[in-house]
Amino acid sequence: MKEFLEGSRAIAEIVKRCRPGVISAYPITPQTHIVEDLAQFVADGALKCEFVNVESEHSAASVVLGGVAAGVRSYTATSSQGLFYMMEVLFNIAGMRLPLVLTCANRAISAPINIWNDQQDSISLRDSGWVQMYAEDIQEASDFHMLAYKLTEDASIMLPVMVCMDGFILTHGIETVDMPRQEEVDKFLPPYRPLYKLDTADPVSMGILADPDYYMETRFAIQETMKKVLEKIPVLTQDFSKAFGRAYNGLVEGYRIDDAEKVIVALGSVCGTIKEVVDELRSKGKKVGLLKITTFRPFPAQKVQEALKDIPKVAVLDRALSLGSYAPVAAEVKAAFFGKKKGPKVISSFIAGLGGRDITKDSIREVFSLLTAKEVSCEFIDLKPELLKEKYE
Amino acid sequence: MFGPLISKPGSSRNNKTGSWRTETKPKLLKQNCIGCKMCLLICPEGCITGAEKNTYACDYLYCKGCGGCAAICPKADIVMIKEESKD
Amino acid sequence: MSKTLFVPGHTACAGCGQSMGARLVIDAAGPNTIVVNNTGCLEVFSTKYPESAWQVPWIHSLFENAAAVASGVESALKFLGTKDSTNVIVQAGDGGTADIGLQAISGMLERNHDILFVCYDNEAYMNTGIQRSGLTPFDTNTTTSPIGAQSTGNVRPKKPMPEIAAAHGVPYVATASVGFTQDVQRKVKKALSIKGAKYLQIHVPCPLGWRHESSMTIQVAKAAVEAGLYPLVEYEYGKLTAVRQIQPKPVEEYLKLQGRFKHLMKSPEEIKKVQAIADSNIEKYGLKTQA
Repeated sequence: MKEFLEGSRAIAEIVKRCRPGVISAYPITPQTHIVEDLAQFVADGALKCEFVNVESEHSAASVVLGGVAAGVRSYTATSSQGLFYMMEVLFNIAGMRLPLVLTCANRAISAPINIWNDQQDSISLRDSGWVQMYAEDIQEASDFHMLAYKLTEDASIMLPVMVCMDGFILTHGIETVDMPRQEEVDKFLPPYRPLYKLDTADPVSMGILADPDYYMETRFAIQETMKKVLEKIPVLTQDFSKAFGRAYNGLVEGYRIDDAEKVIVALGSVCGTIKEVVDELRSKGKKVGLLKITTFRPFPAQKVQEALKDIPKVAVLDRALSLGSYAPVAAEVKAAFFGKKKGPKVISSFIAGLGGRDITKDSIREVFSLLTAKEVSCEFIDLKPELLKEKYE
Repeated sequence: MFGPLISKPGSSRNNKTGSWRTETKPKLLKQNCIGCKMCLLICPEGCITGAEKNTYACDYLYCKGCGGCAAICPKADIVMIKEESKD
Repeated sequence: MSKTLFVPGHTACAGCGQSMGARLVIDAAGPNTIVVNNTGCLEVFSTKYPESAWQVPWIHSLFENAAAVASGVESALKFLGTKDSTNVIVQAGDGGTADIGLQAISGMLERNHDILFVCYDNEAYMNTGIQRSGLTPFDTNTTTSPIGAQSTGNVRPKKPMPEIAAAHGVPYVATASVGFTQDVQRKVKKALSIKGAKYLQIHVPCPLGWRHESSMTIQVAKAAVEAGLYPLVEYEYGKLTAVRQIQPKPVEEYLKLQGRFKHLMKSPEEIKKVQAIADSNIEKYGLKTQA
């Protein structure tokens, strides 16, 4: 049913339909509306669930770890510092091969403290063993939660999934969302059947010490499973399309790239703005396009190669940094083409929208105009040079 | 899938820690035992078994020879003997 | 074969007080128990892949989060409707409890989850090599509170962890000692008979870290209680309800058994300070047997 919903409300509605039995969260802007709505559902009896109000994100992640280890589908959401405070637990969850879904309402990292959007939080956790999916709009963000549970609980996967949605832009924005009926969700996502759990009838030990004889194989196994994730997501999105009528590629999505000469690669909500500028420039005869990366972990290198191999000039737009080195997404796109015969002549890297600075249509136009034969790296868009002249004295 | 390292219950029995003993091992004399169970209760290995008095036994496959049982026995019915003794 | 739920083959040091304590606890709790363990000696020596000494469902996640993981396990059992037939026990060392784990424990207690938290207090970080913790006693020689020309060891007394737990108003808080085995098991059973959050702190000597003979674990534990340095107390809903009374012995009787206090034997001044701590406990909890 189509409804006019705030992004956070849409996430709460879809999570409710995924029927988690344990939810735990700690408040942090801009994640709060999601968990407030879920708390209200529980209070109203609309969702049968143990809602655990914890004293920190570290404990929120630990509670859902315990919940799923005991065999119950669990859910948490956070942002920014909260995600970082969870970090230790998040690596642990992946290493223990526990199926969980976390919503990351993307927000900048302190200092300076800043509650607005960029993607430094989740991008910084790219090595954690979590699958990461980035939503362009509220519909995607909502749908990805169903896909995420389906993927994480697949017996051949058993890796946790982080659904990333840009803070405020998507969490507090309002859009028309097609919200599936409970029966439809139940059909797509059957109850969780754990492969292993804490059970007094079958008392196993979980989370145990691995010495050098065993540790490396556990990491290799995750690395191999990430390859399976790349195969599994397109299968799941096909099933999803049959069930709900909305088609996603799930890994990457090209927009008007077939004959494009210049393409921007990006993640998340900025893709909407880029599409508008692409349409506008196309109407003026400019051959431009967009490659949206939906799944950043595992990195769909092969899909990126296929999509961009004939594009002469590529701009990668990062909303995060790896301070002191190449921008995170740009580095991976470039790496995907290293040693390949076919590929873009130029892969330039741009930084925009940090700490909530708006990425406007003008920002995107500037990226296209700066995408020339001269390759640039970490070129900041919309900087205020006058601020940089100020000195601390 | 390799990775969720999960162990079966009680599988540590595969690890025969009796080889750790260096000099002495306990000998349960079974003469003045009153069945107080203290040796069984405090054994850090859990390798002493028994129920009635004078029935307690030590599983030397696991005993590390700490001597706690001999020290706690209220009747001095457990003694530490040289490892090589036949008893 | 013994019927214990914590079986032989683990790799604790000979005479380990924590392994004694762990067996007393789990055997008192019984098989319908799920154990959540913080990182520490007990976790390392009982579950090294591919082996486990546990006969009950057991999980370890991190150093500081067992109380939160257990909160999740308990919530899941509530959701499944099996909580009333299943005990949930958290196990941690003194560092995992009073230092790095304190926040998660406070959360667990405040939310009053139906969980028994057991702290095995061996009064330092033994797994990493005997570094001082918030529960290391005054004047203890550890690797990070070493004695020296300007040091007589750890400068602070033990953090009052049982009082901190009791201040949450939870139904049951107690201290125990492996020197008094039946008392440990009675307190575990009592705790598990009560719904809500419970905290039990058990004094467990560490032959390696305390530097005493491996056969002396029980005697050393008893001596701490008898000196008034480890009061055995019970709180219900924040109120002190029971204490184990003693005929107090001089603290020297306890200190002299251990290498970690050897330096005090030459210093009557310092022994007086330790005696003052014991005297204060005896006064505060009314430990002295009335004639």
